[in-house]
Amino acid sequence: MSERTYPDEPVDPFPEPSLTVTDSEGRPIRIEPSGADDAEALVEMYRTFDPADRAQGIPPIDEDAIRDWLGTLLSEESINVVARHDGSVVGHAILVPDRDEAYELAVFVLSEYQGAGIGTHLLEGLLGRGQHEGVEKVWLTVERWNDPAIALYRKLGFEASNSESFELEMAIRLG
Amino acid sequence: MKVLLGTGGSPDGLDALSETVERAREAGDDLTVAVLDTSSEYDPDEVDRRVRERLADLDYDADVHRISGHPGSQLVELAAGEDFDRIVLGGGQRSPLGKIELGEVAEFVLLNADRSVTLVR
Repeated sequence: MSERTYPDEPVDPFPEPSLTVTDSEGRPIRIEPSGADDAEALVEMYRTFDPADRAQGIPPIDEDAIRDWLGTLLSEESINVVARHDGSVVGHAILVPDRDEAYELAVFVLSEYQGAGIGTHLLEGLLGRGQHEGVEKVWLTVERWNDPAIALYRKLGFEASNSESFELEMAIRLG
Repeated sequence: MKVLLGTGGSPDGLDALSETVERAREAGDDLTVAVLDTSSEYDPDEVDRRVRERLADLDYDADVHRISGHPGSQLVELAAGEDFDRIVLGGGQRSPLGKIELGEVAEFVLLNADRSVTLVR
């Protein structure tokens, strides 16, 4: 695996949650910091997750595996932000530390809430929280055919960082 | 069935070895292990030693080959040249977030092998 590269210049500050936004369907969506207290609400969200929206084996398929996986994501070292509508969690964005003082990012939105700008708000909120916590380097992987996701990451300031792996790798510098 | 398992020494490869030995015993497969030099953090001598150790722990007798040069293509060549029925590889490493990451060898073998390939999860 070749060395990961990051943009030289940090991006401008992102808004920090909690905040309420209106999605393009007119629904009020609350973007909030999250953690272990939301474990059950997140299990519920991932149990109903569209199998077609899985990527690279996550979220896992069975409930025990979902619980194990969330255990890592909701640990003290990770940074979590959720999107709520009518009290239910409809989206989740996460930063998990790697072994090189950088963080891996992922975002999930329930299918009936996709295409309404919620992913953008979630990611801005997550990166805002990351900046507040002193996170400097963030990376992610995305399927090369997933043009809408790649366009969104670019808009936020991510750049392609390693063109030699199976998936497209992108990175951003927050500070 | 003649089965060829390739490993460069990452944990998923050694897990695949244990599962493949179990299956070989049940199905009466003839298993050969190829130790690959992936120029990574794993030293081939050390990987060779760990493979033999794992086979001894499992009380299973398999040929262990050392392959040098480009690992993916050499594994595909060996499978074709010695007429193996199937190539087995580890199912990939996990990123910090739990995403499966397929390595270069798996990608090369999946695309270029002219026989079935199993990724063990």
